[in-house]
Amino acid sequence: MDDLIADFVAECRDMLEALGGEIVAWEAQPDDRARLDNIFRFVHTVKGNCGFFDFPRLEALSHAAEDALADVRAGRRQPDAALVSAVLAIIDRIAEMIAAIEAGEEMPAGDDSALIDALAPGAEGHATPLAATVADGQGKATSAPRTIRLSVELLDRVMSTVSDMVLARNELARRLRESETEVIVDGAFERLSAIIAEMRDAITRTRMQRIENLFVALPRMVRDLSGELGKQVLVDIEGGDVELDREMIEMIRDPLTHIIRNAVDHGIELPAERLKAGKREIGLLCVSARQSGNQILIDIQDDGRGIDGKKLVEKAIANGVIDKAAAAQLSPREQLALIFEAGLSTAKAVTAISGRGVGMDVVRSNVERIGGIVEVDSRPGEGTRMTLRVPLTLTIIPALTVSIGNQHFAIPRSAIEEIVRANGESVTLERLGGAGVATIRGRRVPEVSLAEILGLESHVGDADRRLIVLRPAGGDVYALSVDRIHDHEELVVKPAAPAVMATGLYAGTTLADDGSPILLFDPAGLAEVGGVKLEIQERAARIAEGPANSGPRVVPVLLFHGLDGARRALRLAVVDRIEEVPLSAVRTTAGQLRVQVGDAILPLAGADGIELSGDKLRVFRLSDGVHEIGYAFREVVDFATIDNDVIHAERPGEVSGVSLINGEPAELIDAHWLFANHVGSSAQPAQPLVCRLPADDPWMQNMLRPIVEAAGYVVVGEDSETPADLVIASQGDAVGEAASAIFLRSEPEPAGKKDESIYRYDRAGLLMALKSAGRGK
Amino acid sequence: MNELLLVVTIAGERVALPAAAVESVVELDTLIPVPRAAPHVAGLSALRSRVLTVIDCRRSLDLGVTDCSDGIREAAVVELDGHHYALIVDQVEDVLEAQSAPAPLRAAMGAGWERASLGMVETETGPLLLVDVAAILAGGAEAKAA
Repeated sequence: MDDLIADFVAECRDMLEALGGEIVAWEAQPDDRARLDNIFRFVHTVKGNCGFFDFPRLEALSHAAEDALADVRAGRRQPDAALVSAVLAIIDRIAEMIAAIEAGEEMPAGDDSALIDALAPGAEGHATPLAATVADGQGKATSAPRTIRLSVELLDRVMSTVSDMVLARNELARRLRESETEVIVDGAFERLSAIIAEMRDAITRTRMQRIENLFVALPRMVRDLSGELGKQVLVDIEGGDVELDREMIEMIRDPLTHIIRNAVDHGIELPAERLKAGKREIGLLCVSARQSGNQILIDIQDDGRGIDGKKLVEKAIANGVIDKAAAAQLSPREQLALIFEAGLSTAKAVTAISGRGVGMDVVRSNVERIGGIVEVDSRPGEGTRMTLRVPLTLTIIPALTVSIGNQHFAIPRSAIEEIVRANGESVTLERLGGAGVATIRGRRVPEVSLAEILGLESHVGDADRRLIVLRPAGGDVYALSVDRIHDHEELVVKPAAPAVMATGLYAGTTLADDGSPILLFDPAGLAEVGGVKLEIQERAARIAEGPANSGPRVVPVLLFHGLDGARRALRLAVVDRIEEVPLSAVRTTAGQLRVQVGDAILPLAGADGIELSGDKLRVFRLSDGVHEIGYAFREVVDFATIDNDVIHAERPGEVSGVSLINGEPAELIDAHWLFANHVGSSAQPAQPLVCRLPADDPWMQNMLRPIVEAAGYVVVGEDSETPADLVIASQGDAVGEAASAIFLRSEPEPAGKKDESIYRYDRAGLLMALKSAGRGK
Repeated sequence: MNELLLVVTIAGERVALPAAAVESVVELDTLIPVPRAAPHVAGLSALRSRVLTVIDCRRSLDLGVTDCSDGIREAAVVELDGHHYALIVDQVEDVLEAQSAPAPLRAAMGAGWERASLGMVETETGPLLLVDVAAILAGGAEAKAA
């Protein structure tokens, strides 16, 4: 009997969950037959089962609802708002009772006659929807869509076994590598390995649930809320098919609910206000989910009154969250971010819906606990968008392994912003009152030494350390210095024992490929133990920078030695970044020195007339926002500011003047001259270049043409009369008359020394050829 | 039907662990320290691709520190709340059958033993102190102070 009841409860719960959206849709469109049928089927099922189980109250309720709905189905009665509300009230009551049955409690005492009476035609709608109870009831429901039922513990056990299997495989792989094995054994192991990988994927997917499970309850919740508040809100839900770890779904349920409540309560205005503001009477609330890499993004966007950053700041000052001086420095984005501070609510009055004092700070901490981020963007009068970013799953984490002495640790990759060398070009380390401050490209970042936090011995000098710039969820960046950086790995992370977690430093443990245990850090915990204040840092750092920048005549420059050894300075703002390229990437094409950096070919300055030696070349990547050029240099000396007079050069040229910087003269590079002379000549010619491509070659037309066009050519076919500046043809084909020609071959290797053709997938080579052909004109 | 006991020596003293709580007895070779953890956490070790949290029983009972530098140590593997621990002991001796239920020991013990004691059990080799695994895992005075 108990089994039967459990089945009944589970079935009802499934149906209730699915009904959440249906009911609201039915209310909006009472003559929608399909929805009506679904609701009818539900009460009918409940009624049928109740008779069997002897739940007289459930039976009476469902019976009454069934009768009323049957009348509607038979066309004897028109559905109206009163009827919908009455049916909803009954479904809520049924949900309550089912929850009670499930919990094994006594059926709550109560009288249902009021609910039943409300169903009668012409009855007053005094049956109020029980919003809160329903939300709770559905909050407990965690079952999957109607398929087979598995206990969650079983799934977890399978998942953890598979994780162990992966680890065991890794260990076996290591042992196999160490010992001499036959090829057959290796082959068999490879196969096993592939199967395990596949299995892990599949099992990971079984833990995945469509986020729809979370979203179905939303229309009903918004309906009840807006009804209570006298507002009209339309919910638009997208991306319900995005899949997310089951545990994650449970973790974001509360934050999401809270944000939506806020949006309806504080965001969306009353219909009259909306009309006055020139908006549609009905507010729009869009909830969408999408996957981006290994993150899920959930957007909650309303078109309400938005958040007034200034009011937030006033409130924050009044509540003592920040002081006035700090408040004045806040950027608009930071002003908005204040809503995540504890003890801030701009609602004028505390309502039943939100603003109970548990505010967005709770939302943020809940989201951060699962490694997520919550962001806010808002325009007064236009609406607010909240974005939740959460990782796909909790168990497999991409991580970076680092070491102190000979002990290895892992850092979750999601928190890593960048990695720099402590003695790198744009990095300086200073000690202020014992605290480390790293200046990375002009940004001051608190620095902590991992060795110090852990109390471990490090034999690597300060200058040889690596700095990992970390941004813990929700906090501001800090730099962690480590001895060495090793590898990126995907780690199967398991929670560590309580005694280990108690340190606050670690997020879990895992096994490395070599079978030894590795501790995974919690970046926020490291910062805390290291004494870095995460919350106020960004503001403080900006304030520190502010006056320095606004002071008179202070221009930040990068001081460096050019290839010819001259001491030079470049305005920091034009330096995008520093690249190291192999010397082979520098070539003279079309009368100009150019350097290939990644996929881009940049004009190269600073190396004219200088014999290049060594096998690497360091290049500043300068940008004016549109064009980029490279500037070769030998080494960076320091960051500095120009605070002395500049003696201007007599003639315009690469050097605009000389000034004393840090007590020694340095040539100031004229970035404008550089761009004017290196980019100006390669800027788009007024007359577009014409390139002829064989019209019947699908590869050329489909694959090559976009690249050629992107390089600024107009593409024509063979039969065109237009004189072509460039012809591209397959190797061995005849070409017509043209200023220049590029031949493509399909083999990566050239046929011989005289072969000047370009391999068809050598993108960089192609681009370079296209550019120099254009220059030839 | 009497309870089985795993007899081990900790700090030179023969004591009994409830055998039901012990999954296996292993020899640990590598030990990865856990910086900043409570002192009785000797480190982490791997056993059959599982991570074990290694507990130094001596340290936990405030009876000094086990020297782990000489390599292989004997340890009893136990599970608590889904986590696996290896308890470093001097030596694992034998499995015996308890001949009585644990009875309170009325004599005064050392503070560490007092905290971890479940009472005295009679065995065929004489009375033994039955040790509470959870209490050992929780650590000694140093852990509390930390």
